[in-house]
Amino acid sequence: MNNTKIYMNGELIGTCENPEQFVTEMREKRRSGEISEEMNITYYDKTSEIYIFNDPGRARRPLIIVRNGLPSLEDTHIQKITDGKLKWDDLIVKGIVEYLDAEEEENSYIAMGIHDLNEDHTHLEIDPSTMLGICAGIIPFSNHNSSPRNTMEAGMTKQALGLYVSNYMHRTDTRAHLLHQPQTPMVKTRIIDATDYDKRPSGQNFVVAVMSFEGYNMEDALILNKSSLERGLARSSFFRSYETFERKYPGGQEDKFEVPGKGVRGYRSEKAYRHLDEDGIINPESYVEAGDVLIGKTSPPRFLEEIDEFGSANEKRRETSVTVRNGEKGVVDAVLLTETVEGSKLTKIRVRDTRQPEFGDKFASRHGQKGVVGSILSQEDVPFTENGVVPDLIVNPHAIPSRMSVGQVLEMVAGKAGCIKGERVDGTPFNTVIETEIKKSLTDNGFEPTGCESLYNGMTGERIEAEIFVGVAYYQKLHHMTTDKMYARSRGPVQVLTKQPTEGRAREGGLRFGEMERDCLIAHGAALALKERLLDESDKYEAIVCSECGMLSVHDKIRNKIYCPICGEVDSFPVEISYAFKLLLDELKSLCIFPKLMLEDKA
Amino acid sequence: MGNIDQEIMDKVIKIAKKKKVNFPESYVHDIVEAYIRRELTDKELETLIVRVKKAYERSKVESGEAIGTVAAQSVGEPGTQMTMNTFHYAGVVELNVTLGLPRLIEIVDARKTISTPTMTIYFDEDHRFDEEFVKKTASEIAKITINDILDDFHVDYGQMNVEMVINQEKVKEKHLEFDDILLKIEKTFKKHIIDIDNNKITIAPKLDKRTKGIQIRDIRLLTDKIRDLQISGVKDVNRVIIRKDDQWVLHTEGSNLSAVLKKDGIDKERTTTNHIHEIYTVLGIEAARNAIIKEALHTLDEQGLSVDIRHIMLVADMMTADGTAKSIGRHGISGTKSSVLARAAFEETGKHLLHASIRGEVDELTGIIENIIIGQPIPVGTGSVGIMMKNK
Repeated sequence: MNNTKIYMNGELIGTCENPEQFVTEMREKRRSGEISEEMNITYYDKTSEIYIFNDPGRARRPLIIVRNGLPSLEDTHIQKITDGKLKWDDLIVKGIVEYLDAEEEENSYIAMGIHDLNEDHTHLEIDPSTMLGICAGIIPFSNHNSSPRNTMEAGMTKQALGLYVSNYMHRTDTRAHLLHQPQTPMVKTRIIDATDYDKRPSGQNFVVAVMSFEGYNMEDALILNKSSLERGLARSSFFRSYETFERKYPGGQEDKFEVPGKGVRGYRSEKAYRHLDEDGIINPESYVEAGDVLIGKTSPPRFLEEIDEFGSANEKRRETSVTVRNGEKGVVDAVLLTETVEGSKLTKIRVRDTRQPEFGDKFASRHGQKGVVGSILSQEDVPFTENGVVPDLIVNPHAIPSRMSVGQVLEMVAGKAGCIKGERVDGTPFNTVIETEIKKSLTDNGFEPTGCESLYNGMTGERIEAEIFVGVAYYQKLHHMTTDKMYARSRGPVQVLTKQPTEGRAREGGLRFGEMERDCLIAHGAALALKERLLDESDKYEAIVCSECGMLSVHDKIRNKIYCPICGEVDSFPVEISYAFKLLLDELKSLCIFPKLMLEDKA
Repeated sequence: MGNIDQEIMDKVIKIAKKKKVNFPESYVHDIVEAYIRRELTDKELETLIVRVKKAYERSKVESGEAIGTVAAQSVGEPGTQMTMNTFHYAGVVELNVTLGLPRLIEIVDARKTISTPTMTIYFDEDHRFDEEFVKKTASEIAKITINDILDDFHVDYGQMNVEMVINQEKVKEKHLEFDDILLKIEKTFKKHIIDIDNNKITIAPKLDKRTKGIQIRDIRLLTDKIRDLQISGVKDVNRVIIRKDDQWVLHTEGSNLSAVLKKDGIDKERTTTNHIHEIYTVLGIEAARNAIIKEALHTLDEQGLSVDIRHIMLVADMMTADGTAKSIGRHGISGTKSSVLARAAFEETGKHLLHASIRGEVDELTGIIENIIIGQPIPVGTGSVGIMMKNK
C-alpha cells in the first residue's frame, strides 16, 4: 500500500494510492484544457509527496512538450505561426507549449536543443537563452563570461540611464534620468528582440580602444573623448519634481501661494524670490539654483500670538515656500497647476538639469565591466587609427583577463564587424558560432580578423608600437554621478540636542570621525589632534562649575553675574567640556543620580 | 669552553656597564657568540656594544606609547581575515580541533570549558622509544567501558536480568586484568545481585520491598549503566591516538592534565594541554600566561597570519596580571576597570551607572576613554606630558 500525501498550495488535502498515474493524468488534463494551465504538479517519490500549486507569485517558464522523443511543435505549426494563423495562446491551448514552475521542473527532463532529444525527454527548450531573464538576456555572448560578471551586469543594467518611459514629458516623477539620443545595441540578442529593448534602449554604441593611456585609466577608470561628449555622447537630463498644495487648517485658516512679504516670519531674501510670478509660482524656463524659491507659500501661525498693545491678535504668517534642493540647480522645465481631491490648489514643478559626463561619472559595458571617468581628453590628444577613427572610450587592458569577461571581447569584434557591414549582429548566448563569419567580414574590409589595429599617438603623431584592440561596444551610463555625490563642509549646521554637526549631505552635515578613526589617533598618541577632532571641531562647550557643590553654575547675562543655584554666589570656574558630556550629566540628574565635578588645577 | 665563555661574558657585561646599558641575557649571549665567531678585537667589541646599544634603545617602546590600542589593532585586523571554518586537523589526522576565529575568541574569553580540549603527552628519556610502554600507558589513559570488551550482551526481560559475556582477548589487548574488572563491577553494583560464571556475568536488580517488583524501566537504566561503566582510563579523556614522529607521542581527545601528570614515565615538562584554565589550576598563573601566548600565536599562525608576539604577550599579561585568568570583555578586564565612565561606555551602561551612584564612586579621569568623553586631551602620546613649575 502506497499512500502518497497530496499537498495543494502547501496544505494537505488528501492521499493517493497510485501517484505516478495520478500525476500524469493531472498533467494530461492540464494540457487538454480541462484544468487551468496555471496548475503545476510535482511528485517526489523519495518522500512520497505530491505538490500541487496554483497560487500567484511563482516563477514559471514556457517549454515545448515532448512526446515519445518528438517535440509536439511541428513544422506545420511553425509555418502557421509565420503566416500569422497561429498565436502563442493557441500553442498553450493545443498543449504544445506549457509553463513549468520551479517545482515541476524537478520532475522533468529538458532537452537543450532538438539534436539532443531522446526517448526519455519530457520537454524541449524553445531556445537555450530563454532560461535567462530580462536583465541577463540583454548581455550578448553571456555564455562566454564568468558568472559573477553576468550577475553584476544583470544588476547594473537596472541602473542604466535610458528612455525609461515614452511619456516622460507628461510625468512628474520625483527623480528621473533621461539619456539623450539612446541607441539600440549593435550586438543584440533574441531576448532584446523579445522584450522590445530596442524601443526603450539604455545606452549607446561606443568605439572602444583597449589600451593604457598615461595611467588615467588605472583601476577600471575610463578615458572619454571630449569631442564625442560635446557631440552629445552619454549626455543625459535629470528631472526633479517638487510639489506642494494649499493646506486647509481647522479654524478656517489656510496656506496661500504668494510672494511672501517682508513681514513674514522666516522671510528669505529678495533674491530668493526673484523668479516668482505674481501668483507666487515660478515661470517655466527660469534658471534656478539651490535655495531659490520655486513656489512661494505662507502658512498661518502655528500658535495664537499674544495680543499686542492695540488689543488685536497680531497675525504673523509663516514662510513655507518650496525651494530648490541643496546642491542642485537647473531650469524650470514644467509648471503644473491643478487641485487636490479636497479642492485645494496643488502645484507641481519639474526642474531639469543637463548632465554632460564629467570626472567620476559611472559607466558600464554589458559585461559587468564598470568604471568611472578618470580623464576627458580633447579629440586631438586621443590616439587615432590609420583610417582616422578616434575612439570614444579608452579602457585598460587589465580589466579583462582576471575577470574573464570574454563576452566583451566578442561583442567588440562583432560590433566592429557589424559597423563595417552596416547591419546588426546577433549575439544570443548559446548560439552557434558566428566567429568565422565575423572574422571574414573584417578581413574582407581590410581589417585584422582579431580586431587589432595600429594606433597613432594623438599628441606626438608617433605610431604606437603595440597593436591596439579597437571595437564597438554598447556602454551604459549609470545613475551614479559626481554632481549628486560631491560634497565638502567646513562650517555648517549643528544638531539641537547635542550641538554636534548634522549628518548627511542633504543636511550639509559633517563627515563622521568614527570609533575606528578615533582608535587610530589614540594609537598614534596624537592626543591634541584627537581633542581637536572630537571637541573643538564638534561640540565644544564652556561649562561654569561651582567649586562648592560640583554642579553647573548659571551665568546671569542681565546682571553679568555667575551664581550657583544651590550654593549661591560662591566661586565658579569655567571648564571646557564636550556638550555631549554636559548632556550626560543632565540625563544622569534626570535619573536621580547626582554627578559632581571636582575641580583642581591643570597639571 | 664554558669557562672561556663565562670570561668573555663578564667582559661584555663589564663594557656594557661602562656604556651604561643593561642588556638582556640573550643579547649578551649573541654578542659573545659574534665575538668568538668573528674573532673580534677588544676595540671592535666595544664598537659592537655601542652599536647594539643604539639599536636596542631605538627599538624600545617609548613612554606614552599607546601599546594597548596598537596591540588591539594588531590582533583585531588579522582577526577580520580569519575564516569562520571551525574545524581543522591539528597535526593528527584523526583528531579535530577548533581553530580560527572561534578558537581565538575562546582563548581571550578565558573559557572554563572549551569546545575541543586535547592533550599532547610526551614521555621521559627512558620510555620515549619504548613502544610497549607507550601502548600500555595509552590504554591506561584512554577511557574504556564495559561496552568495549563485550562479546555478548543481552537483556532478559523474562528473568529480569542482564547477561553479558566478556571477551578475554579484548581484555588482554587493552592491558587490563580480568579480576580488576570484576572487582570494579562488584563495587559499582553492590546493591545488585551479581552472578559470575567464568566470562559470563549476570546482574539483576534486588527486589525492592517498597515497590511492586522490578520494573522494565529499572532494567533499561541498569543496561545503560553497565555498558557505560568505565573500567579503566582517566576521567574526561575519551580517546588516545598514538603517534610516532621522532619519538612516541600521545594525542588525546579530552583533557585532564593533573591526572595524566601523575602517571609514571611521562615527561612532565613537555606534556601539555590546550585547555588554558586547566593549566592555570594545575600549573599556576605563569604557565597559564605562557599557554595563552602559545595558543593564540598558534591559532593565528595556522591561518597564515603573523602577529608580533609582543602584542599577544601584552594581551596575556593583561589577562593574568592579577593572579587569575580573566577574560577580555564584560566579565573580565573591561568590566573591572576602575573608571565608571569607561565601564559605562563599554557594556551594561545602566548597571555601572547605578552601582557607581549607590557606592558614590569617584572617577579620577586618568584613562583614555574618560577623557575622550569629557573632552580633555588623552593621557597618552603628546597628551602624557605636562609642565611643572618650581616653587621658588
